[in-house]
Amino acid sequence: MAEVVLNNVTRRYGDVTALDNVSMTIPDGAFVVLLGPTGAGKTTTLRMVSGLEAPDQGEVFIGGQSMNGLTPAQRNVAMVFQQYSLYPHLTVRENLAFPMKSPLLKTPADIIEKKVKDVAEILQIAHKLDNKATALSGGEMQRVSIGRALVRDPSVYLMDEPLSSLDAKLRSDLRIELKSIQANSGATLLYVTHDQIEAMTMATHVGVLDEGKLVQFGSPREIYEDPVSVYAASRLGQPRINILPADLFGHAPTGAKSIGLRPEQIEQGSGADSIVSRVEHLGDQTRLHLNFRNHDIITVTDAHTELKAGDIVAIQPKNPFFFDASGARQR
Amino acid sequence: MSFSVTEPTNRTKWFAGIAVVLYAVITIIPLLWIIATGFKSPEDAIAYPPKVVFEPSVEGYVNLFTSRTRVNEDAMAELPPAETWYEELVREKGQTISGPSRYGERFLNSVIIGFGSTILCMVLGTAAAYAFSRFRVPLKDDLLFFILSTRMMPPIAVAIPIFLMFRNLGLNDTHLGMILLYTAVNLSLSVWLLKGFIDEIPVEYEEAALIDGYTRFQAFYKVVLPQAATGIASTAIFCLIFAWNEYAFAVLLTSGTAQTAPPFIPTIIGVGGKDWPAVAAGATIFLVPVMVFTILLRKHLLRGITFGAVRK
Repeated sequence: MAEVVLNNVTRRYGDVTALDNVSMTIPDGAFVVLLGPTGAGKTTTLRMVSGLEAPDQGEVFIGGQSMNGLTPAQRNVAMVFQQYSLYPHLTVRENLAFPMKSPLLKTPADIIEKKVKDVAEILQIAHKLDNKATALSGGEMQRVSIGRALVRDPSVYLMDEPLSSLDAKLRSDLRIELKSIQANSGATLLYVTHDQIEAMTMATHVGVLDEGKLVQFGSPREIYEDPVSVYAASRLGQPRINILPADLFGHAPTGAKSIGLRPEQIEQGSGADSIVSRVEHLGDQTRLHLNFRNHDIITVTDAHTELKAGDIVAIQPKNPFFFDASGARQR
Repeated sequence: MSFSVTEPTNRTKWFAGIAVVLYAVITIIPLLWIIATGFKSPEDAIAYPPKVVFEPSVEGYVNLFTSRTRVNEDAMAELPPAETWYEELVREKGQTISGPSRYGERFLNSVIIGFGSTILCMVLGTAAAYAFSRFRVPLKDDLLFFILSTRMMPPIAVAIPIFLMFRNLGLNDTHLGMILLYTAVNLSLSVWLLKGFIDEIPVEYEEAALIDGYTRFQAFYKVVLPQAATGIASTAIFCLIFAWNEYAFAVLLTSGTAQTAPPFIPTIIGVGGKDWPAVAAGATIFLVPVMVFTILLRKHLLRGITFGAVRK
């Protein structure tokens, strides 16, 4: 396992700048999740590290060594693709063994067999080992493709939305499984997703990307509790942070354009009145849709609340975030 | 992606079924007629009205593989008794076998040239198609158009320049010359077809193999080729059928050593009257390799033809 460093990496595709001068350090043994919507540069970052594509400018280091001009094989990285990555002409067993049979690893047959069995066990696909890869369900395919990364011992694991095609139950199982595999083995893992639950539950570090720029890098808590911008603040938190005009509640600091309120930053029971427009009972929590001076606010309340649409609730902000006109946080 | 295709009604199915059977019967009749004619006696072969039921004879096949001379009855009486059944058959017609015919070597020439050019065409075509599909080739579209443009006229239109070039290069009447010629004609077809097939193979497979520790060539060999097998097989059939059946260039450019079967078969007619059973026998045997090749690969062929049509 190794530390991965991106140094001022820029990558363009025609007129589009997919990565704009990105620098980040992924510590040895870290589970780094890259967050951002489609087109933010998450997958491009993975491809730069993997060596499938070279940066136009900047450099990637793995374990202190420059990866300039090295092929994916020479970099010893393992990657899980979003889709399409099982070899359809091979069985599950052959798919899992494929990386170990490469000229890079040339693993002895008995070790291959043992590893394939272990990994199949972990991913609950042992009974499918002799199936053709194409005879699997989507979820099974993705588990095999995760397995194909796990049979190796690479310097870094790269995963591109590996869980996005799975159903909810399997996704939460594998989330825990992946996290414990990573924690136990001390692997360095760079993981791309736009699912904030995956980011919050698995990551030791989160990198927030916006149109090719790395806008914030830190622990999930840090990004949740101390976001640098409206954009970073909107990446995490469910329901999403409420972004409202800064002076909606009066007394805004100078230069502030908007105020950001997460549910826990909205104090209920005191302050100005708002009207309940909708109550969503989700079981473990209840979402309250409020109308406050013609602005919609979503917050969370007691799971067994008696509130219903049309009721009046007094609210006031508590330690809110303020953002300036460019969306940057004011401190 | 899912498709919503309504199940055809029973009447439609019947109608379609009858149409297919009818078409199949119409196409197969000439084929059956050729095969049947090969087993007729020369008299039955030209009988009018045509005979559907006849006494089978292998005379056509014997005549196909032998060259014979006519002898008069006195000379025939002096000959030692016939040693083989086919010698006997020939003598009944007042002839003796003077040696084997050239059909065997012409057939072998067809095999060498047909399969040789098909293999060469597949190797070059797959490599070129892969490069066009995966790499940034300068002027890619122009090059592809240029390759296709070689098929925009019938190949025989350039027969004279090719004849002159071949004469200067000493390629006239050689196996190599014919293999090169058929490869050149087929290459545009194979590059275009194979590029379509390789385009359909997601590039992620190769990327996965690169990450798994393989070189690009190994990824091509171990991941792309097995998945392109269907396309390669169906393209190979098309190339083989063209090279195998080609007549005009074969007549023009070959005579002694490298002559293929198609220009040879008609020459049988000239020997000892119109020997239709021998011609039919020659055609029947000539059909066999392509038929076997196609039947062996038919599973691929069927999938190959529909391959590019389905968007996933």
